[in-house]
Amino acid sequence: MSPAPAARLPGQERPPMPRTFFSTRAGTWTGFAAAAVVLFGLAPLLLTGFRLGLLAQFLCYAIVAVGIGLAWGRGGMLTLGQGVFFGMGAYLMAMHLKMADAEFRNGPGAVPDFMELAGIRELPAYWAPFASPAFTIAMILVLPTAFAILLGLAVFKRRVKGAYFAILSQALAGAFAILLIGQQSLGGFNGLSRFRYFFGFTLADPVNQQMLYFIAAGVLLAVVAIALQLRRSRYGELLVAVRDAEERVRFLGYDAANVKVVAYAVAALFASVAGAVFVPIVGIISPASIGIVPSIMFILGVAIGGRASLVGPVVGALAVAWAQTALSEQFPSAWTYAQGLLFIAVIALLPGGIASVAGVAKRFQTKRTTVEAAA
Amino acid sequence: MNAALTCKGIAVDFDGFKAVDGVDLELNRGEVHFLIGPNGAGKTTLVDAITGLAKYTGSVVKDGEELRGRKVHHIARRGIGRTFQTAAVFENLTVAQNLDIAAGAGRSPWTLLRRRRHLPPHVVETMERIGLADRAETPAGVLAHGQKQWLEIGMLLVGDADVLLLDEPIAGMGHDERETTGRLLHDIAEGRAVAVVEHDMDFMRAFASRVTVLHAGTVLASGSVDDVSNDPRVQEVYLGTAKEAADAASA
Repeated sequence: MSPAPAARLPGQERPPMPRTFFSTRAGTWTGFAAAAVVLFGLAPLLLTGFRLGLLAQFLCYAIVAVGIGLAWGRGGMLTLGQGVFFGMGAYLMAMHLKMADAEFRNGPGAVPDFMELAGIRELPAYWAPFASPAFTIAMILVLPTAFAILLGLAVFKRRVKGAYFAILSQALAGAFAILLIGQQSLGGFNGLSRFRYFFGFTLADPVNQQMLYFIAAGVLLAVVAIALQLRRSRYGELLVAVRDAEERVRFLGYDAANVKVVAYAVAALFASVAGAVFVPIVGIISPASIGIVPSIMFILGVAIGGRASLVGPVVGALAVAWAQTALSEQFPSAWTYAQGLLFIAVIALLPGGIASVAGVAKRFQTKRTTVEAAA
Repeated sequence: MNAALTCKGIAVDFDGFKAVDGVDLELNRGEVHFLIGPNGAGKTTLVDAITGLAKYTGSVVKDGEELRGRKVHHIARRGIGRTFQTAAVFENLTVAQNLDIAAGAGRSPWTLLRRRRHLPPHVVETMERIGLADRAETPAGVLAHGQKQWLEIGMLLVGDADVLLLDEPIAGMGHDERETTGRLLHDIAEGRAVAVVEHDMDFMRAFASRVTVLHAGTVLASGSVDDVSNDPRVQEVYLGTAKEAADAASA
């Protein structure tokens, strides 16, 4: 015999829809203003040029993380291959920077220095248009997004999901890195490096380096704003519905695949822009920074920060990148193990990531008080 | 004729096993049409076929349009809605959000990308109708079982479905909830065709306008409650299974 039903449903006493200050309009603006003060005011004031450069690099990872938070946290697509889109944006930007350098040294149509060293005399045809900054920026925005849309349609229309999608996207990252290693006209294993100018500005100048940091910070804020709008829109509700019960959404008359493709393409766009900003900041892009391992690093930050929350992925990505730099300086071999342990700990103990700590603590506290009250 | 949906010669073949074998079915507006039959009779498979989930031969016509071979979401857009044996609501979303999504197939990208300011009037109306008006901001996951079933029905109503296929809508409900649900079914059948897959005979006798009995993938009998109850073949199938069940229990 089943006990009397519905006597005490779990969670029923919880208040409906927790409305915090930050979900209001004023709260949103306050949050953005605070972030802007920290990023544009405090950080340049307190950090040395070297540290600011590192932060700029981490901000690029955070931009990727916001996209993963959307695709994975809200859309349920475990994108283990964001390195592909990050790499696309990075290489496209790097090609422009190399072209600009060559043009500055040897006039229009000149061959970039690394090609000369590899014995390539003739500029490959597909390199030529990247002399134009406008064309390069258009490609950075369009190419990875279009690729993500095509791939997404092919995959999601066939209802590939879950672990199969994760493996597929990871294999793609591996294949992309291998493909690039074989391309001598893209620098092969060494990738592209030694950039001197960024849209006419000397990269060695600290002022311009700071400007690059500001660009990264501005892009991060813009990307978070876009993600916020998507989350709060009807599309955002629909995306969560698809994540939780894809079949059900289909029976309501939606093409669930299209809903997923949008989030996947937006995540790809974010990653591409991050890659493009990353290149002038770090000064090198090679297959090693876009393959399987970096792609997993992107995911790691998001998982630790809290994939379903808005700010969680940003915090997680920054924390992981900072920890990696700080710890690997002192214990180069131990960091990999720490990273693995951290991942296991978060998945096992805190599936919602750092962002859910407050909620978990509160629930723990209420449980204790009810137990104490009952005792 | 007020036939909302006409199915002819539907057959579903699962690797040689005929789960549904040549079923004709007509669903009329204004009627609550019960599909009954023993386990494995093919009731749910028939619903799966109509809604595009299972491949079949035969024909399903709604408003003069053949629906065989169409995708699930196309069929849903043609006004055919269904529920599932286990309530399938979006547990992490509120009642209002569930209904708003159900009402929104066909919204423009522009509408989708903006925030929801107000609930559409017919969503509010439906929320009253299914008795969940005071739970609008409650996550669907914490609703009582019966309330989830009502929410599912509500989701079909706001989606403008005029053929509703409900798979065991009163499973797990208490007596009062069954009564309420039965009245709700007749209420919504006004202008719509409602088909109900059900095991519960008392519920069927109380609320069916028409009954189709399925057995081993074919239609055994069809007609009013009395016609079907007095049909010797139906009695045989049900008494037979009842006898077997009794035998199994005593063994």
